[in-house]
Amino acid sequence: MQAPRSEEELSDIVRSARGPLAIRGGGTRGLAVAGEVLETGGLSGISLYEPGALTLVARAGTPLAEIEAALAAEGQRLAFEVPDLRALLGTSGESTIGGVVATNASGPRRVSFFGACRDSLLGVRLVDGAGNIVKNGGRVMKNVTGYDLVKLMAGSHGTLGVLTEVSLKVLPRPEVAGVLSIEGLGVAEAVAAMSAALGTPWEVTAACHTDLGANDRPSTQLRIEGMEDSVTYRLGKLKAHLARFGEVETATSDRVDWPWFRDVARFAGGEEDVWRIHVKPSDAPGLVDRLPQGARVMLDWGGGLIWTAVAPGTDLRAELGAFVGHATRVRGTGGGIARFHPEPAPLAALAKGLRARFDPKGILNSGLMDTATWT
Amino acid sequence: MDMPAPNPAILAKKARLVERLKQVLPDDAVISDEAETRAYECDALTAYRCPPLLAVLPSSTQEVSDILRICHEMGVPVVPRGSGTSLAGGALPTADSVILGVARMNAVIETDYDNRFIRVQTGRTNLSVTGAVEEEDFFYAPDPSSQLACAIAGNVAMNSGGAHCLKYGVTTNNLMGVTMVLMDGTVVEIGGGHLDAPGLDLLGVICGSEGQLGVVTEATLRILKKPEGARPVLIGYDSNEVAGACVSDIIKAGVLPVAIEFMDRPCIEACEAFAHAGYPMCEALLIVEVEGSPAEIDAQLGLIKQIARTHNPVELREARDADEAGRIWLGRKSAFGAMGQINDYMCLDGTIPVSSLPFVLRRIGEMSKEFGLGVANVFHAGDGNMHPLILFDANKPGDLELCEAFGAEILKLCVEAGGCLTGEHGVGIEKRDLMTHQYAPADLEAQMAVKDVFDPAWLLNPAKVFPLAASETRRAVRLAAE
Repeated sequence: MQAPRSEEELSDIVRSARGPLAIRGGGTRGLAVAGEVLETGGLSGISLYEPGALTLVARAGTPLAEIEAALAAEGQRLAFEVPDLRALLGTSGESTIGGVVATNASGPRRVSFFGACRDSLLGVRLVDGAGNIVKNGGRVMKNVTGYDLVKLMAGSHGTLGVLTEVSLKVLPRPEVAGVLSIEGLGVAEAVAAMSAALGTPWEVTAACHTDLGANDRPSTQLRIEGMEDSVTYRLGKLKAHLARFGEVETATSDRVDWPWFRDVARFAGGEEDVWRIHVKPSDAPGLVDRLPQGARVMLDWGGGLIWTAVAPGTDLRAELGAFVGHATRVRGTGGGIARFHPEPAPLAALAKGLRARFDPKGILNSGLMDTATWT
Repeated sequence: MDMPAPNPAILAKKARLVERLKQVLPDDAVISDEAETRAYECDALTAYRCPPLLAVLPSSTQEVSDILRICHEMGVPVVPRGSGTSLAGGALPTADSVILGVARMNAVIETDYDNRFIRVQTGRTNLSVTGAVEEEDFFYAPDPSSQLACAIAGNVAMNSGGAHCLKYGVTTNNLMGVTMVLMDGTVVEIGGGHLDAPGLDLLGVICGSEGQLGVVTEATLRILKKPEGARPVLIGYDSNEVAGACVSDIIKAGVLPVAIEFMDRPCIEACEAFAHAGYPMCEALLIVEVEGSPAEIDAQLGLIKQIARTHNPVELREARDADEAGRIWLGRKSAFGAMGQINDYMCLDGTIPVSSLPFVLRRIGEMSKEFGLGVANVFHAGDGNMHPLILFDANKPGDLELCEAFGAEILKLCVEAGGCLTGEHGVGIEKRDLMTHQYAPADLEAQMAVKDVFDPAWLLNPAKVFPLAASETRRAVRLAAE
């Protein structure tokens, strides 16, 4: 195992590597790849935090918990609501900020204008597959100086470079969250209700649905955040707006995050394969109908993200047939089914070309994002 | 700013190129007459002009694909153009290049309120995207100052921002998908009505690539419901430092205004003389705008005014009605016009960490004396995006060069303060040769490697973004291959 203590040391390790390297932050995401383990925990620490400028810079191996604690002390947070998938995946360890960025891990708040992890990411430093130290972006919120490799790195799963430092836009943590819930809706009605809510000016920051909620019935839930009076006002408005979908319960709480939906807690601990499917929300009901018998379903992002638990080894893409969007297997070995969704040939060629440029030896998390192509 | 000398071998192919293009385009879409190509000799960076070899105005993605395939086969560089409003020379042609203008492609393809997106052809102007969804009270958030004229194609190419991006983000945060044509004519579809990429985030690197990776012909854009209302407050201070501290305190307090604009004394004076907005004469003026219902606005502005008062403002004025709100914004929105009335000016676009604001403004003031050129500052303070306007006399020999040298020093100062060369206008030719101040050779190499993959022959907008010396060998490969 390699555990560099500095960017320079990491650069030397990658430059002289003869075989594949398996990059590991906290090891919480269960992404097994072949090769010598390269641990980033030695590159740790918050290097700069300016609450008045809403920016935080941290080395990639910094534990997420350390960052969240520093932000909480100033009444701030990461806007994109990082999922904790340890229970779902049966993993342990501590998430690192580098792992969060490398997987573009984004929770329920992604549905709102706060966006995904990539939308909060302002800058990166990395070591590419040839050992070059590269920086891109910076620590300011508006920056169009040269190409945006920052976005390219978010979600690249370490296949283009080993992140060494990231800078992030952070935001104030709101006082309270308001919750609206409707019980008993089918998937199509739930998506319609969530779309109706998201299409209002009242700034819904989460829209989730489960086909089996706390009362053994389907439950559709919406979240509003902000100052208490404002939340109360908007809850009232939304409740009236959604009355046509059924009885709407409302509540206010200072717990603004939604770990149950965020962490897909309902599917924790089972033997089933778990998949996430990204679609246009109005396509979600049709796709849910095409899921195999017995599939369990949760919707996030107003229906734009379908979480489903299916029998081990199910080739879910074959079950769904052609659709616009993509499906990624998150849990399970899948019997040879690629984890990532195949891309059309011209896009796969571009991705392959980028990997060949950034990782000419093909040693960084080699094969992790490989897929078969379709035309 | 130098541009590469035109390649005589390409100039000699003009007749053959016109002939081939007319086989795939209607006659009126191929502009080869020298009197007419002059209309495409520059963009909004008007100090630099050069008529292109010819201009083409396709009406469909298929026509764009045909044009690029032909130019690729013949080794002819292509410069994509939206509405030609770039302040950085992003659409400046060379004499041996073809201008590909997307202005004829301005249709709305799909409006989807349930899924909250609109799909348009990219020749459509920014403001008319909002115009297309206004009847349902939706809007498209990025709002560059040129939004009446600028095209979505250019917004995507430059990753344009605007005054309201503190809350809603810039183009890349509101772009869900594109149809793009690669230089060899291949049409690719990336993203769409769903969120996030299945593999690498290609959309993320395409947005802001200044027309160097492909020609984006259609875009899927996120639309949002309009807020119930918005209201600005005007706050005046007798020093830039205090105004900067007030901005920082507002942000720290947990309110998220939709805009925080900042003007310094030279800018206040010019705007007041031009627009009679009723601005107080002071060193620094802030306009802070919040959104929501009337009660929500009252609550947020109450908190902001409370913070502002702790810094002893010389003026604190909340808009009581739409008319007064309009007047508060009037001066700010006419800033560039006001400066244009009294002088020629160059508009810069560096970004700095908000905490460096007082230091950077003080240094700009000192440099203004050293260069003997006036400068007025107006900028988006919430996100640190500065727009210093350097005043010069275009008719005075040497003044433009002096102004450019001053501008370069300001941008280097932005980088030294922890910021960047350009926050929303793009690099183009204007900041191309300053890139080495922000990026090391390995950083630029990584960016150029991306272009190698998308456009191996370096035919798309080739002499932009990267210092000519840095991109020379790559551009030379293309020349040698002919």
